[in-house]
Amino acid sequence: MTTNRTNPTVQAELVEALASTSTGSVRTAILLPARAPLLSGKGWSAFIIALIAICALAPVLNLLVPKENLFHMSDYAVALSGRIMCYAICALAMDLIWGYTGILSLGHGVFFALGGYVMGMYLMRQIGTDGNYKSDLPDFMVFLDWKSLPWHWSFSDSFGATLFLIVAVPALVAFVFGYFAFRSRIRGVYFSIITQAMTFAAMLLFFRNETGLGGNNGFTDFKRILGLPIATQQTRMTLFVLTGLTLLGCFLLARWLVGSKFGRVLQAIRDAETRVMFSGYSPLGYKLTIWTLSAVMCGVAGALYVPQVGIINPGEMSPANSIEIAIWTAVGGRATLIGPIVGAIAVNGAKSWLTVAYPEFWLYFLGALFIVVTLFLPDGVVGLVKKLKRGST
Amino acid sequence: MTPDLLEEGARRLAARQQKQQAGHTESGGRSAAFSRVMTAGEVDVTHGRILYLEDVSVSFDGFKAINKLSLDIAPGELRCIIGPNGAGKTTMMDIITGKTRPDAGSVFFGSTIDLLRHTEPEIAQLGIGRKFQKPTVFEQLTVFENLELALKTHKGVKAAMFFRLDSVQADRLAEVLHTIHLAASVARQAGNLSHGQKQWLEIGMLLMQDPKLLLLDEPVAGMTDEETARTAELFLSLKGKHSLLVVEHDMSFIRSISEIVTVLCDGSVLAQGTLDQVQADERVIEVYLGR
Repeated sequence: MTTNRTNPTVQAELVEALASTSTGSVRTAILLPARAPLLSGKGWSAFIIALIAICALAPVLNLLVPKENLFHMSDYAVALSGRIMCYAICALAMDLIWGYTGILSLGHGVFFALGGYVMGMYLMRQIGTDGNYKSDLPDFMVFLDWKSLPWHWSFSDSFGATLFLIVAVPALVAFVFGYFAFRSRIRGVYFSIITQAMTFAAMLLFFRNETGLGGNNGFTDFKRILGLPIATQQTRMTLFVLTGLTLLGCFLLARWLVGSKFGRVLQAIRDAETRVMFSGYSPLGYKLTIWTLSAVMCGVAGALYVPQVGIINPGEMSPANSIEIAIWTAVGGRATLIGPIVGAIAVNGAKSWLTVAYPEFWLYFLGALFIVVTLFLPDGVVGLVKKLKRGST
Repeated sequence: MTPDLLEEGARRLAARQQKQQAGHTESGGRSAAFSRVMTAGEVDVTHGRILYLEDVSVSFDGFKAINKLSLDIAPGELRCIIGPNGAGKTTMMDIITGKTRPDAGSVFFGSTIDLLRHTEPEIAQLGIGRKFQKPTVFEQLTVFENLELALKTHKGVKAAMFFRLDSVQADRLAEVLHTIHLAASVARQAGNLSHGQKQWLEIGMLLMQDPKLLLLDEPVAGMTDEETARTAELFLSLKGKHSLLVVEHDMSFIRSISEIVTVLCDGSVLAQGTLDQVQADERVIEVYLGR
């Protein structure tokens, strides 16, 4: 061991030792692996193709190609793929916290809904006096006979403040919740259970009319966003493109994080947390950072989701929704960033087809899928593809 | 650069190293005089001891795992600890590294740092490294990444996000790779290594941390005879620069490395001395062989 690197005698010994090894000279003996690039060449090509498909191909096919043409992209397809991309962001966020850090959250639906509610409040205020009651207040407040806006609606008129709150509200909730949970060293299944309890409690809270967020009906009947009508083809396309760009952005961010030493510490926490602590890292900061970031990504996805589907209600916080996010991630493949995106697309694609074709079978299918993945595909679809590739070469 | 400048530089470097080496005496190169400068977080070994345990007791559900244990280690010492199962060897390491809080007693690192007031990561940062009984490495990461994570550097979140291995650190990593004989496996996943190699990797991770005190819990368990011999060599080379506390059952290994052996039994020190002395001790024989 040569801690004192500059000590000439030690160094001489080292050189001797190296020379005596079969590998020969010092230079060739020490081959440290090079730093991996953000994306491989192939990866960048795929990324650019996805970027072109979202920003150019989809708008052209939807807006410019006439309806009769074979290549026309229907409004339904735009709406569906926009929604699925929101789900994919959630799955990506889930992968960071579950796949890479080993913390299974069954409460990510809360952060998704919080982002959605912040956006929903802004959209409600954008309705102005065009509601059923022709009042300046949102309809449900008139219905409840409220005379003025509650305090938490103070910033809902400003789009800038809304954008800030979309990030800040899920971040704050996640930070406070995570701080106490991680500081108390709650791990594994216990953590999953309390996140599940959290989402259930939040759902009950949002169901109440007194919460001032529309009770069980939530928000709907949106008319405008930034003064523009919300239901037009152009607005929908804009939201679609924004969602796609956010997804790609989140992917790159996640890729960078996972490739950095930070990402490796996360994986180390997943594999051997005590070793991480005895190596001088405090896991609290790492867990809290990735947990909060994951919550923010979900919040942003929720905010993009609400104007596209035109409704947000406490049902989004139901425990089953949060579990579904975990299923997408598991199906696609944990700890592979592309996996959760594939999983979200595949499961939701199947869902939109099955719920139309065989509506009564959807839940059975979901349950069977979960069992199959857990038993036979621990690394998900992406893991299976990798295995097949390795097998064929 | 001109040759005379190079010579001048070499001369200065040698002088500086001489100065630093003077610090490796038992008293840390300083006299235990009045009015020394104290630096927070720096180990003060002027009193000739790097680790003190005094009257430490801990019990789990009424069972006294450690019972009024007192022990001290000198800087640069290699101390072996032996004892029958359940003697409290691992619990003692848990206490030193902050994993377990004792019910009573005090634990000091140097003369000034009260270890009971620090968390596990803080204690690791202060300069105490620990190898577990069961080799614990990050199985999904490569050998290289394992060592890189253990490297002594800033361990905050932001520092980790923007971390880049500089050339000095890379050299150090390469040295450790050679020391632990894993240079050929640098890109292999740690989970695929053999048991003995995992032990070595974990020792390598300790070396990357550059700790002042190393706690090694059964470091040669599962190693071949050759690997064991190499480990003994390594520990002997570490002695002096680092202090080592080794818990082992392998007596031939202990014979090859030990100066002083401490025998633990029922949570306190039963005997202490050279291996021959303790092996001749009546009480030790009784504990090991029973009646």
